[in-house]
Amino acid sequence: MYAYDEIDRTLVNERVSEFRDQVKRRLSGELTEDEFKILRLQNGVYLQLHAYMFRVAIPYGTLATNQLRALAHVARKYDRGYGHFTTRQNIQFNWIKLAELPDALADLAEVGIHAMQTSGNNMRNVTSDQWAGVAPGEIEDPRIWSELIRQHTTLHPEFSFLPRKFKIAITASDHDRAAIKIHDIGLKLIKNEKGETGFEVLVGGGLGRTPFIGKTIKHFVHGRDILSYIEAILRVYNQYGRRDNIYKARIKILVHELGIEKFSREVEEEWQHIRNSSLQIDDEVIEDIRSRFTYPSYEKLPHMPDELRQAAADADFEAWRKNSVAPHKVQGYSIVTISLKPIGAPPGDATAEQMDALADLADKYSFGEIRVGHEQNLALPHVAKRDLPALWKALDKLGLATPNVNLITDIIACPGLDYCSLANARSIPIAQELTRRFANHELANLIGRLHINISGCINACGHHHVGHIGILGVEKNGEEVYQITIGGRADEGAALGNLIGPGVKFDEVADVIEDVVEAYLALRERPDELFIDTVKRLGVEPFKERVYATR
Amino acid sequence: MPLVNGGKIADDSFAKLAVDTPLPEGGDILVPAERFLGEADALLKRTGKVGVIWPNNRDIGELVPYLGKIAVVALVFPTFRDGRAYSQARLLRERYNYRGELRATGQILRDQFVFMLRAGFDSFEVKKQADAEAFMQTAKRYSVFYQPTGDGRITALHRRMQLRHSEGVGT
Repeated sequence: MYAYDEIDRTLVNERVSEFRDQVKRRLSGELTEDEFKILRLQNGVYLQLHAYMFRVAIPYGTLATNQLRALAHVARKYDRGYGHFTTRQNIQFNWIKLAELPDALADLAEVGIHAMQTSGNNMRNVTSDQWAGVAPGEIEDPRIWSELIRQHTTLHPEFSFLPRKFKIAITASDHDRAAIKIHDIGLKLIKNEKGETGFEVLVGGGLGRTPFIGKTIKHFVHGRDILSYIEAILRVYNQYGRRDNIYKARIKILVHELGIEKFSREVEEEWQHIRNSSLQIDDEVIEDIRSRFTYPSYEKLPHMPDELRQAAADADFEAWRKNSVAPHKVQGYSIVTISLKPIGAPPGDATAEQMDALADLADKYSFGEIRVGHEQNLALPHVAKRDLPALWKALDKLGLATPNVNLITDIIACPGLDYCSLANARSIPIAQELTRRFANHELANLIGRLHINISGCINACGHHHVGHIGILGVEKNGEEVYQITIGGRADEGAALGNLIGPGVKFDEVADVIEDVVEAYLALRERPDELFIDTVKRLGVEPFKERVYATR
Repeated sequence: MPLVNGGKIADDSFAKLAVDTPLPEGGDILVPAERFLGEADALLKRTGKVGVIWPNNRDIGELVPYLGKIAVVALVFPTFRDGRAYSQARLLRERYNYRGELRATGQILRDQFVFMLRAGFDSFEVKKQADAEAFMQTAKRYSVFYQPTGDGRITALHRRMQLRHSEGVGT
């Protein structure tokens, strides 16, 4: 965990006080809605279909239990008793009153949580691997660098009014759980041949109406230079990014139009001016941030405790353990993913009661720490293996032990037309129907790892482009129509999916997905050939034939 | 529009000239970039100070040869969501060492004062009278700054280092 000090707390409180003043000026009419819009967005406040939506940052996905309880408190006191975890390590509340927002922010500030830059045309919440610090084989804990960049990009005087939003993600593992290739800047922590820590820097990834996979702009930037290098990229983007058309304003368009070589030359030139400035990071500064991350005092525990051996006889426990429990870098411990995808429910939602209860469980079994991942699930990062059976029982009572992590019902979905003023089609009911269709665990397990991603509009909050199966809702002649892609992925082998054919109606989506899955089961070479690998081997055609032959 | 200069509401001694306004005999003038670059020698020879209004999509590097001779650079925020002039301001102050008046013009609200001060602006043509009056109070809103800019304020990272070292000395 990272501990805020007095300096961080002061800044958050100053921000709350500023926003209180801005809300007051809006309510008195001193600020017009047009003026206020940008200010509220910079504080994570959207005006949605029914009410204001409030998006809170969970930097690099790490939460302490008192912070999770504070989120539960906000859900209960200012909203309708639940929150929605998003694909970018944020939580959203959908029914908040503008006049109460400053109080909600002040309550969160007490535990070091804020909503700064969770929206708006500025640098957004820095995201990272939800298994940071505990994943076996990572270069080092990427959150140290995430926190450094979080601080640097918070209220940055030059980059708070960019052409569009700007997202940075960091990973330190070969297996990319932070989806760095679909971010404006993706950073992969690496060591060079001298053993020095630095980054491979990618730029220009992103989804939305013009999706791109990020390209490597530099193979190695030394850790001490990372802030100046990011600043150089941002400065080039701020100056040359298009402002005449919001659909063409993202950095991915600039990189695409200039070409990565020309863009990188511009960045390089700017960087040479600033790399040896005060932006260069002293080792001492890094060590200071590193020292403020505390790690549990792990016990020396056996690899296979008796409790786990005995519980293995329980088929339900085993089903859950197999897909929810991942190896930990310390022997005797595990990382436990908590599915927020119960059958028939909106993906990513948690009630205030569940959040409070999870905080209790994290105190009891995970050294008071919770993680939030981009798949809209939570995780407990330090669970002793001997505690797994007891934890499973407790989670099951809360409705949080659905054994579907990474299976077909572990669906990523945006809020869609039910909540969002941008959406053209519903997402949640599609997700709900699909979870019912594939509710049978035996079947889901037979299918294996398969990610379905659903977006209710072209803005792609549900990351449909990178779903193994992607579903995009659009509006056509007053009707919701869904376009289906296959073969996308968001990990280290990131790729955009390909369309399998014409869009289908709302009522047909689940049938079509069943057809795609049946085709896969018939076409796969071996039971362990994953859906995504079968698609890679065979392409779209056989799936298209199966789906459209009878339609 | 009220002008805030040196932290206070001040009179503006500069007359804004358009591209084709006849040149007045004396007095301080602010001229558009295009006109300035075209008539620089003549403008700089007359009595009275000269300032330039520089658009936010023109390379600020073109102004560098004249920086020692001009009194004001006025950068433009056509809407307050367009932040290009922040970059120009920092380049003027930090890379080109411009020490004259750096004025923010356009849609300037109190909510940008802190950002602008940090980027190097020291004078502001403010849209609303109430915002101009709130300048001092708003400018002091923040006491913590995470990133170094040319305004010389100490960053949170370095303040922590100082605190740590002073604790070290005490024990």
